[in-house]
Amino acid sequence: MSITVFFVAIISSMLINNVILMRFLGICPFLGVSKKTESAVGMSVAVMFVMVIASIVTYLLYYYVLEPNNITYISTIAFILVIASLVQLVEMFIKKVSKKLYKSLGIYLPLITTNCAILGVVELNIASGYPTDYGVLQGLFVASTAAFGTALGFGLIIFAFSSIRERLDSANVPEAWKGVPISLVIAGIMALAFLGLGGIV
Amino acid sequence: MAKKGNKKKELSRIANLTKGFFKENPIFVFLLGMCPALAVTSSMETGLGMGILVIVVLTSSNIVISLIKNLIPEQVRVPSFIVIIATFVTIIEMLTQAFALDLYNALGIFLPLIVVNCLILGRAEAFASKNGPVASALDGLGMGIGFMLALILIGFTREVLATGAVAYGVYLPLGIEGSLINIDSYVLSMDVFVGPAGGFIVIGLWLAMFQAFSNRNTRKKADARKRWIEEKKHQAAERKRKKAMKEAGETS
Repeated sequence: MSITVFFVAIISSMLINNVILMRFLGICPFLGVSKKTESAVGMSVAVMFVMVIASIVTYLLYYYVLEPNNITYISTIAFILVIASLVQLVEMFIKKVSKKLYKSLGIYLPLITTNCAILGVVELNIASGYPTDYGVLQGLFVASTAAFGTALGFGLIIFAFSSIRERLDSANVPEAWKGVPISLVIAGIMALAFLGLGGIV
Repeated sequence: MAKKGNKKKELSRIANLTKGFFKENPIFVFLLGMCPALAVTSSMETGLGMGILVIVVLTSSNIVISLIKNLIPEQVRVPSFIVIIATFVTIIEMLTQAFALDLYNALGIFLPLIVVNCLILGRAEAFASKNGPVASALDGLGMGIGFMLALILIGFTREVLATGAVAYGVYLPLGIEGSLINIDSYVLSMDVFVGPAGGFIVIGLWLAMFQAFSNRNTRKKADARKRWIEEKKHQAAERKRKKAMKEAGETS
């Protein structure tokens, strides 16, 4: 397995199959916390934390516990439980380690449980079937790299979008389009731009 | 008196059911559950299928949660709600795979992702954990129907703009196949509306329309209120003037 596998995994999950604009995951935080650049950055850091850890844990859980015991049909319940408890654990850990970090990330952590980007990435990791291509253990590295890339893509878009929205506050928008409608159309234009990245890898 | 109370109860039940259709529409008013609204509405039928599944999950999870709400400790409320919802989602996932395989394939990962649909957890938290089973069932049904209506509206728009036709019987096991309307025009073949960009833009357009309507309504109401206040002021001034005239007449 060469290094290009990881490079391709990062580029494709970050830009080509961008989690917000191409896969429609995590739209709620995308619209909810993108009013200020500061909160957008906080949210994306918290998402990155949880997304990478959750994909490692669920990957191991699926291939070492659920599949050998033939109970893959409860994977959704198992995954959402893992994510919910992970969020709780990460919250406690950050609270213990750094009060400052907790203050800036604390309010976003509970929201992550119902962030469909996390469960979506976890399900996509399993659906991609990495073990058939790379073997179970090496597949884990590819899966976590892809999760990292996805979180980077989430951060990139939510940051860019929040910057645009801050500019939009001072713009003269027709009354009916104020707020979410114009933001959605802007997101549509961003998605059009990202279609152009389709052929990179 | 008792009869009047009954009538009121009946009315509030109907209101419980219908409030989700337009007034508190989950997508156009509360912006809940936007991910499936964007992802599965590239054709009307997938939107309809997703809507039906959400109605089933929302209604049943609302009923169960309202029945056992007193048994759940406060600290583990949200995780227990999620497990209940996830159980129902797993059940309908299996049923969809068995009876509507095309829909199962078309929805893809958005079928298990109903678990984290903000609408379902939101209703569990805001309504079912505070109300009885009948009211919760009606609320879930109404909100689910509102969600489905919104998905159908978005899916219809996107499919017409992209293909000029609205097909049925492709994903749902209806037994018949065909298309609802069929406009053969080069204008109505904009592929962009099947893709992600079109989803964002179409929802943006519908939201703008809803916002325009609600803006007009609030302006109308504000105008009516202003007029009412003016009238009252005018009446009061009139009364004062009459009183003053009367007093003036008495003293002279």
